[in-house]
Amino acid sequence: MAATTQAVPTDLGKTLQRDMLAKYYGALETANEDGVPVAYLFIPGNIVELTRNFGFLPVYPEINALQCGIKKVAGENIIRAEDLGYSSDVCGYVKNDIGLMLKDRQSPFGRIPKPDLLVCNYSGCNTFIKWFEGLAHFYGSEFFLLDVPYIRGRAVTESDVTYVVAQLKELIDVCERRTGVTFSEAKLRETLEYSRQAEDLWVEILNLAQERPSPFDSYFEAVFYMAPINILRGTPETVEYYRQVLREMRARVDEGHGPVPEEKFRVVIEGPPPWPHFRAFWELFKRWGAVAVASTYSKVGGLYDQGVRHDPSRPLESIAEYTMNSYTNWNLPMRADLLRKYVETYDADALVIHSVKSCRSFSVGQADFREEFVNELGIPTLMVESDLADPRYFQEAQLRNRIDAFFESLQQRRLTGATA
Amino acid sequence: MITAGVDVGSTTSKAVILDGDRQILGTSLLPTGANVVRAAERAFREALTAAKRDEEEAGYVIGTGYGRYKISFGDDQVTEIGCHARGAHFLFPDTRTIVDIGGQDTKAIRVNDRGEVLDFCMNDKCAAGTGRFLDACANVLGMTLEEIGPASLRSEKALRITNVCTVFVESEIISQLARGEKVEDILRGVHQAIAGRTAGLVRRVGTNPAVTFTGGVSRNGGMVKSLEEKLAVPVNVSPLSQWMGALGAALIALERVEGGAVRRVPATGGAA
Repeated sequence: MAATTQAVPTDLGKTLQRDMLAKYYGALETANEDGVPVAYLFIPGNIVELTRNFGFLPVYPEINALQCGIKKVAGENIIRAEDLGYSSDVCGYVKNDIGLMLKDRQSPFGRIPKPDLLVCNYSGCNTFIKWFEGLAHFYGSEFFLLDVPYIRGRAVTESDVTYVVAQLKELIDVCERRTGVTFSEAKLRETLEYSRQAEDLWVEILNLAQERPSPFDSYFEAVFYMAPINILRGTPETVEYYRQVLREMRARVDEGHGPVPEEKFRVVIEGPPPWPHFRAFWELFKRWGAVAVASTYSKVGGLYDQGVRHDPSRPLESIAEYTMNSYTNWNLPMRADLLRKYVETYDADALVIHSVKSCRSFSVGQADFREEFVNELGIPTLMVESDLADPRYFQEAQLRNRIDAFFESLQQRRLTGATA
Repeated sequence: MITAGVDVGSTTSKAVILDGDRQILGTSLLPTGANVVRAAERAFREALTAAKRDEEEAGYVIGTGYGRYKISFGDDQVTEIGCHARGAHFLFPDTRTIVDIGGQDTKAIRVNDRGEVLDFCMNDKCAAGTGRFLDACANVLGMTLEEIGPASLRSEKALRITNVCTVFVESEIISQLARGEKVEDILRGVHQAIAGRTAGLVRRVGTNPAVTFTGGVSRNGGMVKSLEEKLAVPVNVSPLSQWMGALGAALIALERVEGGAVRRVPATGGAA
């Protein structure tokens, strides 16, 4: 067991990201009034480096939705959207966003500005398209669909890159027309260099979870650390942020600190967290000394640990490759391989799948992952279900029962040395 | 020395008292109701009374079921998944698959040759395919739970009943009755619907023989037959099937005592 003599490990990474987000939301509040152009983007494969070139402030409705989830207002936003006619089966993030719009975009973390441009930068989730089409209708804003090809084979092809780059050039024209700002490739290279540096540092941090004990939880804590790279990529502040977090994590490794007093189980987690019950869900794992050493959700903003990088020497091409290599744009065999690789590389005991009721684009195929892992690979796998935004789907007693039974059986098998 | 397993389920609370030789000395069964703590205590005391033993003799007590954390007099809690597996394996040592249909949950559990859980799957967020589904059907037909199983076995032509919703199945039954269909044929369809849903769950963990069917619904002969048909294998059923969780808990408690564990929780303290 790790030494736990030192009082409390520092939590600088979380504090700093909270301050950065507060500053970001502060800037958003007056954007419309100040005449600063606003571009709405999606997190997976976002092309924020490009829109930054024209002075657009990015707004990410997914981030607003998860923040509403954590702040426990997603439930009321969702009901407001359902009152308007959205069905109970529609994505919880979408309904949160519509509900927020109906409340004059007033959130607990400030007022969200209206969009000047809606860029659907990822089309693998077909709900995303309908989401922004809806917003384009409600706000009367311009809508740009970046058609991102799904990966059919084992990797992105050259023609895929050519196809996306051509669309990025069209987007540049749209941005120039909307802002009156001329595109600067030199500036884009500079922005991409900041992105690349932050990505390198973030990968170094993620890899530290291979230590025993892992210095941080690669799901329940990584979701905080990933915020700057998802939201504020391409800025010197973000590079500095990851430098500080890396320092903090290295110190935790040196001191033998981890997210739980004693690391008993190492798991890989697949799927987004249930934001409205984030703490309660984490507690169900903590009480077993279970730590996520890798997760796929912390990669939705970029599979940097798999070599994906923004590259100033190939600006548009690297943006195109990054966009297509969003985790949810990987096909199911690629995702299954990645999960297996994580279990091996991070020396995990098991896979945990949190399936999201209202998100079929993330959840489809997860039952097959479970079967493959349990029956073919002999890796214990637990699949539980709730929702990422809708608090009504979180049944704590049922989740606890499944999670307890799972770790109970892992513990028992560890005692008797039984295998599947 | 005795050990006890107390299973506080969503519908009923059960307890089993075991002696050091793994002999069952006494059992109890009562509705859980709204007061979970009281139901747990009563189940424990009634089983002690049936066993003609005193609470002071208890060497270790394990709670299981949804109410397990409310069992203040328990030394530890184990999920009903682990307990059902242990109980079923004790009664039928060749068991590798356990199908448990309770009031709100249906579970399929795969175990190894020691009765240790290797994999499990449960129904999600919905009571269709559980005991509640049968309850709803019995209610709408004005029958008791005990009557519906034997009635379904008299059917010569099973009707197709949807298995997706415990609430809507009632209106579906009413419309079948209105169409003049026979009660036994409707019931046969109901049993097949649940068995079909359960078989889907079982296939996810693998239908490895021998299969043991546990939980309150396993007392229903109609369900046993439908399940055997859907799984295409015979299933073990014990007269103790409702006590399987409590029995498993008492067995795990006994193993703990054998491993040196001692009771550390105060007695229930008076009449329950």
